[in-house]
Amino acid sequence: MQGSRARMLVPLVLTLGLVATACGSSSSSTNKGSGNGSSSTTAPAAKLAATTLNGSGSTFQQAFDETVIQEFTAQQPSVTITYAGGGSGQGQTDLQGGLKQWIGTDSLVKPEDVAKYKGPFLYFPTVAAPITISYNLSAVKDLKLSADTIAKIFEGQIKTWDDAAIKADNPSASLPSTGITVAHRAEPSGTTANFTKYLTLAAPTAWTLGTDKTVAWPSGQQAGNANSGVAQIVHDTNGAIGYVDYSDAKAAGLVFASIKNAGGKYVAPSLESATAALAGATVAADLTYNPLNAAGAAAYPITSPTFVMVYASQPDPAVRAALKAFLGYMLGDGQQSAKSVDFAGLPDSILTKAKAQIAKIGA
Amino acid sequence: MTTTLDPTPLAGPDRPPGRTTDRVFRTVVFLAGALVLIILALIAYTLLQASLPVLRSTGLDYVTSDLWDPSKAAFGTLAFTYGTVVSSLIALVLAVPVSVGIALFTTEVAPQWLRKPIVYLVDLLAAVPSVVYGLWGVLVLAPALTGFYQNWHDLFSGVPGLGTLFDGAPISGRSFMTAGLILAIMITPIVTSIARETFATVPQSAKDAAHALGATRWEMIRASVFPHSRSGLVAGILIGLGRALGETIAVALVIGASPHISGRLFSSGYSLAAVIANDFGEAQGDWKSALIGMGVVVFVLTFVVGIVARTYVARVERRVAGEA
Repeated sequence: MQGSRARMLVPLVLTLGLVATACGSSSSSTNKGSGNGSSSTTAPAAKLAATTLNGSGSTFQQAFDETVIQEFTAQQPSVTITYAGGGSGQGQTDLQGGLKQWIGTDSLVKPEDVAKYKGPFLYFPTVAAPITISYNLSAVKDLKLSADTIAKIFEGQIKTWDDAAIKADNPSASLPSTGITVAHRAEPSGTTANFTKYLTLAAPTAWTLGTDKTVAWPSGQQAGNANSGVAQIVHDTNGAIGYVDYSDAKAAGLVFASIKNAGGKYVAPSLESATAALAGATVAADLTYNPLNAAGAAAYPITSPTFVMVYASQPDPAVRAALKAFLGYMLGDGQQSAKSVDFAGLPDSILTKAKAQIAKIGA
Repeated sequence: MTTTLDPTPLAGPDRPPGRTTDRVFRTVVFLAGALVLIILALIAYTLLQASLPVLRSTGLDYVTSDLWDPSKAAFGTLAFTYGTVVSSLIALVLAVPVSVGIALFTTEVAPQWLRKPIVYLVDLLAAVPSVVYGLWGVLVLAPALTGFYQNWHDLFSGVPGLGTLFDGAPISGRSFMTAGLILAIMITPIVTSIARETFATVPQSAKDAAHALGATRWEMIRASVFPHSRSGLVAGILIGLGRALGETIAVALVIGASPHISGRLFSSGYSLAAVIANDFGEAQGDWKSALIGMGVVVFVLTFVVGIVARTYVARVERRVAGEA
């Protein structure tokens, strides 16, 4: 945590030092039209005018955002970019109030909430990541689970690890009679929304709790704050199981299960299997897509998308130019950095459409 | 407000200089007093106003139902109220004997040179931010306690009543009990310091009288110190309870975030303030309104506890006065 805060301070300090010297130089990013000025990946882009882009929202994509912010502001020292986290719902509320220039979200705006926004907004898919089903069983190294079994475990119907349903998924494993401790999120979360959405898609009969940022979990389960809180419960409790995003699960040293995908194959969560899930997803006209329970033999079925949301209308020219350049960087060079923080980059089919959409940001 | 000021103040140069200052002082003090009431009334009004939508849509179920599922518009808060009350009661049961003990030790038993350092250390507990207690609770205390809870459960598992009380479903470090323990540590400083102040007001003559009759130190404490300080003690406990009922972030971290009513102290629960802390950022519409409504419930809960305790103190004081 200390590290990430320090990282966020870097651009701020740099800007403070350089604002004075860069004040006189007028920006030259006035090429209207094709909107392709920022997608060149090697040549350094034109210097942007000094401005600040404040962001907030999804904590799921925060590690990626902080990395690209650091890289982008190193190239464009006159631009200050912040990302405050707070959750997808917080980000959407901030955008409605016009408090932020860009926000991150894992969940899409509900139709009844569209009127709360000040104008038309755009979704930019940036990266994706697997949600792992992590568990703590010292004796079992390679657990396999099907969607129905996961649904029954998280609904509290399967109470011990040697249950017949788990045995059916793992015919060769020697499962202990340990009780299962289910760990879920304490606070409303986009990770919960995507995990439960997966269960409604893949186990429509076994899963009855519906899908939302929080659901009515049965009694006797454990709850932790944020992905790291759930990871901590799984880490500390023998016989525990929980859903944790890939980078937090790796950071906590957890073991995760292979999940049976729509093609009937058991696939372990990894950046490659997440990218495979993205390739099979269909992208809507507004660039939203759903890689959950995706088809494809190599696809990891619980792959969560995440988006950046901005208003299409940006009257301030400095903000508009910086926003376009920053989005261009996220979808360009930023994709290479995704892997270093355990996110899967997008396939070219989605990237091309997302880059083309940058042109829709106008005055 | 019984003022015995002269109704016809002197005018002109004969007027003593103190009069004006007196009046200014009275006005300022009156405004300060009134400000508290105004702020309280405004808080109550705003909370009620903002929680009206959910009260209208769920009605009495809001306080009598324990079904909480925002995605299906079910906003029953009984399980949270239950968790708030249970964790606070555990805290009182654990903290009050210890606090009274510390207070007695520092006023009656400890050598003079030891009293100041102990008081200072106990007060230092109050200076620790609650999030630190919460993080310590969830990272250190909760994992360490799970085994202890298990042993405790095994010890009493056959006993009716206690067996259920010391059970969990399953037994976990994040539970009513852990929340109560953390709260107990948090309210100990305030209860101790009020108890200490109260014990210090016991007249030396009353203590000397008990000693003169041949009382041991414990008999003296029972006969002279306790009767004299009963209302002060109740006030201290009350303030401690008020703090426990409203404590937010420490409880949110250790109670387990599971909205269920259960007599099992070692299983996960939830409290009103903890739900508000966890959900407020993401909540919208009726959900947000339901969270604000919980503020009203905490408000009322603290108010009711205050009234009950005050009536009790008044009755005890009347009885003590009657006996004397």
